[in-house]
Amino acid sequence: MTAFLGLPGWPGRPGSRRPPAEPAHAPRGVGHLRAADPFPVAARRALADAQLRRNLGKATTTIRAKRAAVVSELPDWEELRAAGEAIKTATMADLDRHLEQLDAAVTARGGTVHWARDAIEANNIVTALVQAAGATEVVKVKSLATDEIGLNDALAAAGIAAYETDLAELIVQLGHDRPSHVLVPAIHRNRSEIRDIFLREMNDVSPDLTDDPAALAEAARQHLRRKFLSATVGISGANFGVAETGTLCVVESEGNGRMCVTLPQTLITVMGIEKVIPSWADLGVFLQLLPRSSTGERMNPYTSMWTGVTPGDGPQSVHLVLLDNGRTAALADPVGRAALHCIRCSACLNVCPVYERTGGHAYGSVYPGPIGAVLSPQLTGIEDNASLPYASSLCGACYDVCPVKINIPELLVHLRARHVEEARRTQRLPSAEAITMAAASYVLADPGRLAAAQSASRSGRLLGRRGRITALPPPLAAWTRARDAPVPPPQTFRQWWQGHHGDDRGDRDDRGDQ
Amino acid sequence: MTVLERLGHEVVFPAEQTCCGQMHINTGYQRAALPLIRRYVDTFEPYELIVAPSGSCVGSIGHQHAMVARRHHDEDLAQRAQAVAARTYELSQLLVDVLGVEDVGAHYPHRVTYHPTCHSLRLLAVGDRPLRLLRRVSGIDLVPLPDADVCCGFGGTFAVKNADTSTAMLADKMRNVLATRAEVCTAGDSSCLMHIGGGLSRLRAGVKTVHLAEILASTAGAGQGAPAAVSR
Repeated sequence: MTAFLGLPGWPGRPGSRRPPAEPAHAPRGVGHLRAADPFPVAARRALADAQLRRNLGKATTTIRAKRAAVVSELPDWEELRAAGEAIKTATMADLDRHLEQLDAAVTARGGTVHWARDAIEANNIVTALVQAAGATEVVKVKSLATDEIGLNDALAAAGIAAYETDLAELIVQLGHDRPSHVLVPAIHRNRSEIRDIFLREMNDVSPDLTDDPAALAEAARQHLRRKFLSATVGISGANFGVAETGTLCVVESEGNGRMCVTLPQTLITVMGIEKVIPSWADLGVFLQLLPRSSTGERMNPYTSMWTGVTPGDGPQSVHLVLLDNGRTAALADPVGRAALHCIRCSACLNVCPVYERTGGHAYGSVYPGPIGAVLSPQLTGIEDNASLPYASSLCGACYDVCPVKINIPELLVHLRARHVEEARRTQRLPSAEAITMAAASYVLADPGRLAAAQSASRSGRLLGRRGRITALPPPLAAWTRARDAPVPPPQTFRQWWQGHHGDDRGDRDDRGDQ
Repeated sequence: MTVLERLGHEVVFPAEQTCCGQMHINTGYQRAALPLIRRYVDTFEPYELIVAPSGSCVGSIGHQHAMVARRHHDEDLAQRAQAVAARTYELSQLLVDVLGVEDVGAHYPHRVTYHPTCHSLRLLAVGDRPLRLLRRVSGIDLVPLPDADVCCGFGGTFAVKNADTSTAMLADKMRNVLATRAEVCTAGDSSCLMHIGGGLSRLRAGVKTVHLAEILASTAGAGQGAPAAVSR
């Protein structure tokens, strides 16, 4: 393991007298990174929901087409992707230095920087800051990091009400629901479901509310406006933190985030440590990549940036909470760390045939879809999200669209290997699967053994009727629940080959097929 | 074999070969895949050109063999694997790119739709090479498959570990295959075809799955000498 250094004083720092320690994963019992059920169980539930399937299919198809159209406009798209990947790779290799530079720049401009090892520390820091401001309610910009750490729950436990102001996050919050998409958290809801939620939960809405999108947006606008004008504390995440100037950046569509970062007197930003980028030149690359990949727009409507405190203008108390919560652990894996390059565009979710059918809840984490399947297990430790690296057919559609070229299929395969290797180290007895795989390897490592096994498998012909097998024993029963299995052919390839070329160079045995 | 020999090439089937190890690698059992990688390299190293009628096997050989060897600190094997992989082609790549052939002299009088399997499409970027070969088959009625580039849901052990999701993906693929009113669905990967064919068979849909190589090998008229549905 190459040492990382994300947090000052982390024992792996060069020059430290303490020996390097394993960096910590995100703690259990707090936040939203772990699933209650393994993916196959949760997916089975979701797959049976016809309304969900319809909503997801419609939404992902629409956004896929929009993205493809705006990406095809740019002749240098591949160069931009390569630039995004290169910037992220270089930044991760030197993350400690960039973070310290960001810290110094924010501080120099009158902001206060806090370092949070994990979700518990971050929640405590934010809660204390809100209490110090004397507030009992806060308005929030849509933020994955604060959802990851379960900040709203922590604030509620301290008697502080957190109001989500992103329209989709508001729908999720009012519906007592969980987000199912990183960009479109209520993608699993259609407009008539949203109308029902508003009628039920908003005390200030007209009972004649229709499901016309404009009417729904207006109802939300009226509801939120009162919160914006009364709240004294705003809480945000950050899409980017520019180290050279200490500038934080939030990219959004609605303008509600802009309200949250300008109106309140106190602004608290929770940012994952991987969101730092070195310079404004780098920001230029990502501001081209992100909107086209996420909403399928050439440019997003609102890009808010702030640098410390500007006297007399906007929040006069500005805080940045730098969140680790398992990121250093991910960074310690030279292959797996590529998952930290993610800029949360969600293009991989929208093209994923698994996500399109199961939706985000099945992944059990605030980060669903292909990127979630490689990120969540690294933040929590693989054993706490062990089913996620397998929740993919490895079709590769995610890699094709990723704006920073994260090779998600390769990462999935890598994490599967890490999972198997960790299980081998920690479990006294090998799993049935491990035994099967070892047996298969033994057989396949030698053509004689393979031929013998294939001879035996031809007894499978006994199971077949009219060229198909309709029921196999476990674990292959899962195959025949919905699919017939082919009956082994009467003549194997090797036999056919022998018949045609028996004289020569080829097959020395006729015992097996293929 | 039939296609390549018809085109005048000498083809050898080394009996020492077994399996590329993709299933082990993709399920996380890389150490168990190492002997299979070594066997692949040992077996095929002496040959000038290597061809396999499977996009995903060729994809694994090209994109995974050296990576797995390196992960297990066998740099020598990694370099040999890379050299052999550079000479290993998927069938349509070999025919179109290396041999420069599109018309292989096949005759196949059936209504056919083509599913571009994910690893052929994305890992190997075979593009429209299989379609160019199919278009030159005489008698064929080739019809486009809607949403062709969406995964069929096979995914190796994914089909068993996540059988429900795999089946949901298969349902959409079958719906698209049936919408073409084709009698044959073809592809360059037996494994995906086994999955699609298994679903179609369960539905008694009356559509069979046939490997691209079998169509390209076919010269007989309809019903005569036409190969049975691919099942391996």
